[in-house]
Amino acid sequence: MIAVPANRIDVLKTYKLFIGGAFPRSESGRVYSIKDSKGNHLANPSLASRKDLRDAVVAARGAFAGWSAATAYNRGQILYRMAELLEGRSAQLVAELMALEGSTKKLATDQVKESVDLLVWYAGWSDKISTIAGSTNPVSGPYYNFSTPEPIGVVAIFADAKPSLLNFVGAVAGVCVSGNTAVVIAAEPFPLPAITFAEIMATSDLPAGVINVLTGSSSELAPWTASHMDIDAIDASGLTPKQLKEAQIAGAANLKRIRVHTDAKTPERILNYMETKTVWHPIGI
Amino acid sequence: MIIDASEGSLKSFLKTLPQVDEVGVHARAAMLGTRSIKTTSKAWAIDMAISMMDLTTLEGADTPGKVRAICAKAVRPDATDLSIPSVGAVCVYNDMVGVARRTLDQIGGSSIPVAAVATAFPSGRASYAVKAQDTMDAINAGAAEIDMVIDRGAFLSGRYGEVFAEIVKIKELCGDKAHLKVILETGELVTLDNVRKASYLAMLAGADFIKTSTGKVVPAASAPVVYVMLEAVRDYYSMTQTRIGVKPAGGIRTTKDAIKQLVLVNEVAGPEWLSPRLFRIGASALLNDLLLQRMKMRDGYYASPAYVTLD
Repeated sequence: MIAVPANRIDVLKTYKLFIGGAFPRSESGRVYSIKDSKGNHLANPSLASRKDLRDAVVAARGAFAGWSAATAYNRGQILYRMAELLEGRSAQLVAELMALEGSTKKLATDQVKESVDLLVWYAGWSDKISTIAGSTNPVSGPYYNFSTPEPIGVVAIFADAKPSLLNFVGAVAGVCVSGNTAVVIAAEPFPLPAITFAEIMATSDLPAGVINVLTGSSSELAPWTASHMDIDAIDASGLTPKQLKEAQIAGAANLKRIRVHTDAKTPERILNYMETKTVWHPIGI
Repeated sequence: MIIDASEGSLKSFLKTLPQVDEVGVHARAAMLGTRSIKTTSKAWAIDMAISMMDLTTLEGADTPGKVRAICAKAVRPDATDLSIPSVGAVCVYNDMVGVARRTLDQIGGSSIPVAAVATAFPSGRASYAVKAQDTMDAINAGAAEIDMVIDRGAFLSGRYGEVFAEIVKIKELCGDKAHLKVILETGELVTLDNVRKASYLAMLAGADFIKTSTGKVVPAASAPVVYVMLEAVRDYYSMTQTRIGVKPAGGIRTTKDAIKQLVLVNEVAGPEWLSPRLFRIGASALLNDLLLQRMKMRDGYYASPAYVTLD
């Protein structure tokens, strides 16, 4: 017989950051309080500092060469694997979404299911995107001329709020399926599903550093992100119009590509973070 | 004179050296590594680290083109910022010394010395005749600093006299034409006691610098090893009034690593050693990281490796 004592002490989860495949606390040691939809204290996730952002960018840059050189098939498989594991962790995410977003069990369950399907949908794009977006171009000279989309580099993502898991998964999958690496700043009031999803990424054969997750204040991190010379693009969906404007100004220094999305499921989320490379190949040599 | 020429007197001197407290050294070196260096001190430390660098390329794939490129970088680490100091020296294999010397002279780097690794670097496994020739080739080609390796096989078998005699002979070859740095290859010396012994042995034999590693063996310039070597030069100074330099090399890749080294120097050997004349850092990738940190401090935002040279 297994007997659980009535006064068993709760074992609560520590929500930490996800940087370079590891789960460190913020180097600053700070946390912030997250409340559930009824205003009760729920958890103390890390309040990431600019130095955590810096470390995450170093990890993402380091992972870029390997991830962008992996075959499209391999990247698709890993995204699909993430979908499998997300399916298995459904119950935990449903509970977190119900508490945080105040949604009914039905709505929360639907959001998780839709997130799983969304991952599978993006996984499928991995080996098709260059066929759809690439082209052979007619030119008036003895050349084969073709254009092909390539990943842009390190992308920072300010994930949009509700539905927080769906937005997070859509943003991450769209950016990374093409070979980009990402630093994701989870929506400030909804960091818990993001960190739980990071635990899924950590166990799904995703190479360390490809996706890094920070929790904390977007108003604190946005200026450092926008001016960071080693970030190539920003998905600014989670920023306010004022923050977006400031990011666009600061991001001009290295011609950062800054985009905003309203749709979780669209090939634009892939193509916005790719650059077209055109090759001229001589005929008859 | 601390010892006479006999192996016996060398052995009995090395026996008198106190044993290293391994746990204590590890703890103190780690504690010094946590010291926080900020703003103006950090800016000073970055420039000091740059001026102490032996910018190194020791690859089988080295070409004259690559050596010319690092020489250019040695003189002017970042062409967009003239306030950055030149590095301490350029360190190459001996067949590249001529290229490096000529290039430096042509581009205004005549004050930057060329250091050459010698004596069958990195293993040191060759006859003395070969090692001597190796050294002479480098000196004749214009090397002003010779980085020799000790015979670790002889050292570990207790044939200290052999190791000693070899350093003495190479020092004679260097004469007043070249400084002698003696590489202990601490990664192969197993214990910190051996590091202390080898440090004294090299200093007694006439080394101008003692250097941790070739960079080809891991672990290389770990903090406890550098700590023990800095203690050795400090104590040797109080015995002889002669200051010997220290050069950690291998595994120092980030600004943080470099600043930790400077903290060790200041706290263990003393501020007199905070000069390129007495402390050098052997590295290659480190320079880019120092430049990136410098840009961050200058501009107020994070820099990108895309804006420094690939080497």
